[in-house]
Amino acid sequence: MIGTLLSGDLPRSRILTALLVVIFLGLALAPFLFPGVRSVDTAARISIFIVLVASYDLLLGYAGIVSFAHTMFFGIGAYGVALTLQAMGRGWDAVLIGTLAGAGTAAAIALVIGLFSLRVRAIFFAMITLAVASAVGVLVSQLSGLTGGEDGLNIQIPRELTPAFKFGGELWGVKLNGKLLAYYLVFGTALVLFLLMLRIVNSPFGRTLLAVRENDFRAEAIGYPVVRYRTAATCLSAAIAALAGALYALWLRYVGPETVLSMELMIDILLMVVIGGMGTIWGAVIGATLFVIAQNYLQEVMGWASAATEGVPLLPNLLDPDRWLLWLGLLFVLSVYFFPAGIVGRLRAGKWNDPK
Amino acid sequence: MSTAPTHAPRIERKPLAQRLAPHLPMLLIPALMLLGLALIPSVPSWLTLTVSGLAMGMMIFVMASGMTLVFGLMDVINFGHGVFISVGAFVGVSVLLMLDHLTGAPSMVMALAAILLAVIAAILATGALGWAFERVIVKPVYGAHLKQILVTMGGLIVVEQLIIVLWGPEEIYIPRPEALKGAVTFAGAAMEKYRLLAVGVGAALFLAMRLVLRRTKIGLIVRAGVENGEMVEALGYRLRMVFIGVFVAGSALAGLGGVMWGLYQEVITAHMGQQIMILIFIVVIIGGLGSVEGCFIGALLVGLLQNYVAFLEPKAALISNIGLLVAILMWRPMGMIPVVKAK
Repeated sequence: MIGTLLSGDLPRSRILTALLVVIFLGLALAPFLFPGVRSVDTAARISIFIVLVASYDLLLGYAGIVSFAHTMFFGIGAYGVALTLQAMGRGWDAVLIGTLAGAGTAAAIALVIGLFSLRVRAIFFAMITLAVASAVGVLVSQLSGLTGGEDGLNIQIPRELTPAFKFGGELWGVKLNGKLLAYYLVFGTALVLFLLMLRIVNSPFGRTLLAVRENDFRAEAIGYPVVRYRTAATCLSAAIAALAGALYALWLRYVGPETVLSMELMIDILLMVVIGGMGTIWGAVIGATLFVIAQNYLQEVMGWASAATEGVPLLPNLLDPDRWLLWLGLLFVLSVYFFPAGIVGRLRAGKWNDPK
Repeated sequence: MSTAPTHAPRIERKPLAQRLAPHLPMLLIPALMLLGLALIPSVPSWLTLTVSGLAMGMMIFVMASGMTLVFGLMDVINFGHGVFISVGAFVGVSVLLMLDHLTGAPSMVMALAAILLAVIAAILATGALGWAFERVIVKPVYGAHLKQILVTMGGLIVVEQLIIVLWGPEEIYIPRPEALKGAVTFAGAAMEKYRLLAVGVGAALFLAMRLVLRRTKIGLIVRAGVENGEMVEALGYRLRMVFIGVFVAGSALAGLGGVMWGLYQEVITAHMGQQIMILIFIVVIIGGLGSVEGCFIGALLVGLLQNYVAFLEPKAALISNIGLLVAILMWRPMGMIPVVKAK
């Protein structure tokens, strides 16, 4: 039963299984285990980022394509929901139409970019996505009449998802309100999307992607149309990223270029994939969980360390919470060199020294 | 017995279209200028726009040429190239700010001397940084594009953050030297002095680079290495050393471009390199990865188009470069001057 649900791709490591079970239970019961606005918000972010990172892993880890437009697709999903909710009012029909339109647009744009750049050279893709994504980012902040510009949009979500909506009293000390429903909407959708991706990468399609990644020339020679497989993977991952974006917009009740389109977010996603482990969808779970928790709580530690080293030259500057990206960058480079399979890869290899 | 058919081989002159084909990319630049002239109502404003487009294009070329050569020679794709631009700009501007008694003077010679000192400092700093970058970041990942992209991106973030640690997070405003402020008027068109200087420097650099690549031994080795590296190594040249030299030179050029760009914008931030990288990617792709001439043409096209479109339809300027990229890739999927690899 569990094997079927997980598409036969079991964690294959005791520690990993234990970690995943803990994360799953933690997320599934988050509102009851860790009541409190901030911790539930962290849990929802983790769920959304797991989907987003897994969809990026589909591209980077399985198809071997580097894209810098993943936040663009995420943003398209988020803005899709936000704009339709604004135009049609706070109804479920608007949510549905906006989500589907966002996913469709994302897939269509991915198709066009893919056909243009993957046809010739896979590395063109990295550069072209970077260029397109930055152009879209600038465009969104410029077209302030439609998108709210830099300020973004506050959106009205269906009443059933707001704290004002109450059904019943309390369960184990937790108020049964719309916020709880919203959390479980996010969690449930994320779970379904995650299982779907697990299914995709373990299908014959996923196997072919691996073949293309390892040796595209040979895959072509065996008779697989490489460009079509790469483009299909791009579209799929774009559509799923857009769905994650829609969830994010619904959860935050806000969209803005900084939160859903920024380059920092793209770098965060890259880090989560690499730290968790490229080419294992499970890596997304570990990477996203570790990263989001670290982001929320480690910056406080850095602030404390910066204050503690006051007076030492340069050190307080280096430890300033705003320099968080510096340490992430270092961690990123080091993990690509010494840790290319990420945490999941190491755990699966069974020991902490290099399996080679 | 029949006689053999008479043979009268003739060498036909190729039709005009075929003779023009190799030069088509070069002809695109005057074609774009003419198109601009047709669409822009007044000639003086066209002249002003053309000069600023050329200036912008030349600066982009200076920054992009290193990246395209590095790729051509060693198949190394350096996403961190932009950071050399930022570092060059910060070092150069710091030197200029220290030399304010030179830049404040109205004399052109003094201003140029100050800029020269700043440029030398920037070139030395970015050259050294390029060397370190090559040794530490790029060397371990030769031959793996995916890792190269990831690692150089990581390197970019780290160095960018270090700039912020050293110089602080605020943007730095840098006025141009007194002697380079203002414009000269020619045929009713105002042309900023600084832009004319940038066009001159860029053109001189392009010609010098061409001369080195075409007329010297080291240029021959570099060009041969781009075409068939294994053969060059088999002939006994240490291509690795050449490559490091090219990497350092490319980084130094990016640093020089950074100083020029910083003075052009009159403000520098740690993220400026990352922003310009977007233009650089477009330029090297449409030029044909690995080709210096293609990069030059691409840079001028991007610069001119951006200025014309910004004048005619300001909102469309953001997308004009993407449009150019799409059009060129539809016409020549490998870029305007594709590099032929003998592999």
